[in-house]
Amino acid sequence: MNLFGLSLKNIFHKPLSTALSLILFALGVGLISILFLLSTQVQEKFDKNLAGIDLVIGAKGSPLQLILSSMYHVDSPTGNISIKEATPFLREGHPLIGTAIPLSLGDSHEGYRIVGTTKNILELYETELSDGRIWEKPMEAIVGAAVADDLKIKIGDTFNSSHGFDINEDLVHDDAGSFTVVGILKPSGAVTDQLILTRPESVWSVHDHGAEEVAEESDSTHAGEHDHDHYDEIKPLLSYENQDITSVLLKFKSRTNIQSLNMLRGINENTDLLAASPPIEINKLYDNMGVGIDALRILAFVIVVVSGLSIFISLFSSLKERKYELALMRTMGASRSFLFILIILEGLLLAGMGYLLGIALSHIGMEVMAGAMKESYRYTFSGFVFLKEELILLAGALGIGFVAAVIPAIQASRTDISTTLSEG
Amino acid sequence: MLQTKDLTFSYDTQQQLQFEDIDCKQGEQWLLLGQSGSGKTTLLHLLGGLLSPRQGQVVVGDTDLTKLSEHAKDKFRGKNIGIIFQNAHFIRSLNVEENLMLAQRLAGLKIDKDHIHQLLNRLNVGHKIKSSTRSLSIGEQQRVAIARALVNKPKIILADEPTSALDDVNCDQVIELIEEVANEVGATLLVVTHDARLSSQFSNQIKL
Repeated sequence: MNLFGLSLKNIFHKPLSTALSLILFALGVGLISILFLLSTQVQEKFDKNLAGIDLVIGAKGSPLQLILSSMYHVDSPTGNISIKEATPFLREGHPLIGTAIPLSLGDSHEGYRIVGTTKNILELYETELSDGRIWEKPMEAIVGAAVADDLKIKIGDTFNSSHGFDINEDLVHDDAGSFTVVGILKPSGAVTDQLILTRPESVWSVHDHGAEEVAEESDSTHAGEHDHDHYDEIKPLLSYENQDITSVLLKFKSRTNIQSLNMLRGINENTDLLAASPPIEINKLYDNMGVGIDALRILAFVIVVVSGLSIFISLFSSLKERKYELALMRTMGASRSFLFILIILEGLLLAGMGYLLGIALSHIGMEVMAGAMKESYRYTFSGFVFLKEELILLAGALGIGFVAAVIPAIQASRTDISTTLSEG
Repeated sequence: MLQTKDLTFSYDTQQQLQFEDIDCKQGEQWLLLGQSGSGKTTLLHLLGGLLSPRQGQVVVGDTDLTKLSEHAKDKFRGKNIGIIFQNAHFIRSLNVEENLMLAQRLAGLKIDKDHIHQLLNRLNVGHKIKSSTRSLSIGEQQRVAIARALVNKPKIILADEPTSALDDVNCDQVIELIEEVANEVGATLLVVTHDARLSSQFSNQIKL
């Protein structure tokens, strides 16, 4: 029957007030912890996918939407731009541009977005193939690790894309050509994990076909035979002047070049295109999210303080009932410091158990939320990531337990044995 | 074994309690009779080191309690002095066995479950070893309290009105039990009471 065991028995001797303290404490700790987990993981995803991209160019609209749709693949695209308009940025030999990657969005497969693009996207996101090869012809696709994993896709599998980003059987392009999987990417943690990559021609091909169908239905005097496979012939991208793409991801040769820095304003003021800077937009987004997270964090701290108060009250009120017990322990040889430590330990145990319960809650909650977020955004989050902030949180929790127990503990250690026993 | 010398105590400046010197030899059994308010409990607390006297000495064996530090006094008391109170109180969150184990632990002794078991059997409450102390009858509670006072084989057993809450039958049984077990461990016994029923049981008596 040591100190620790005695403290534990005392705590569970009053299950109701202990439960109240524990639940309050767990709520506060859980809320703080889940905010940490969420903001850290979201920020990680955002930062990882910045990938050194300096500028995103697309159709006029909201810059944030352009960034979200072209870099993070969560929002709908702002619209399309023609290759002709984008040619100045895509052409090789631009004095300021290091890398330019066209993106053609709009289709998906089982909720995973199909991106028509060029091979250098793999270098941009520093990812490589784990299996198979890169595409050579249109309608050949390589899939991200998460896609392959989730949909159990193997090399050589075929699938039909569907229009838009939702899983909807009615929107499947089932009369257009099928994609053939020729490669699978290694997991990289970047957005490419949840994308299906192909040549831009693939996307156009599926859509031209779809448009034809509509034309055939509405117009019986359709021109007749059409060469569906005219994208098979491999031509440079820029030769499809009249085709559309969604956006272009740009990396400058030098970030410090003043001309590069002026490019954003130049494009927005002088052309019909929209240029957006990822760091600027993402920082704005953080700022907006930050307000909500701060408010929740304050709420969480208030709950923790209240729960500290509830530990204090429950210890303090139990002292009255236990006064005789404490005096009795003194007669059995317990010193003042023994009683002090006994009560402190009870406070620490309550706080420690509340902390563990809170951490368990937050991680389970995160795992549940990760499932929901995977459904809607295809991003993978995890409840089984532990942060060093949680250790700081443990120290804070124990600190609160200690502070809550200090006054009752001093009171306990000062118990006057003789008076208490004669009253008893 | 238990001696006092010129013991005085005061709660405030006006009232001063002065106690006759006491000298109990090892293994002797004494009865200290006094009316309510005569300072019986105060004396018992002084003897047990729960209170410090204003003047005088309390010597247990070779140790002068008044010379010990607070912490040393706590340890000495736990090891050498067993106290039985008028109403049996226990640590409520612990069962009978655990209460006795705590008494051993707090005295800084090794936990000896066999000894606890034997002792409880000797006092006819062996079957209650795992029970909550609240489920015991008054008589059983008093027996467990006696067991707790004896568990560390103390040199001295102090009993404060151990029988006043009991009827005649239980009173006789309990006081006989205390005498017997005190005898068995060779402890000096001092019973403080106003209960005249006990005066026939003790040859050594002090009146306050």
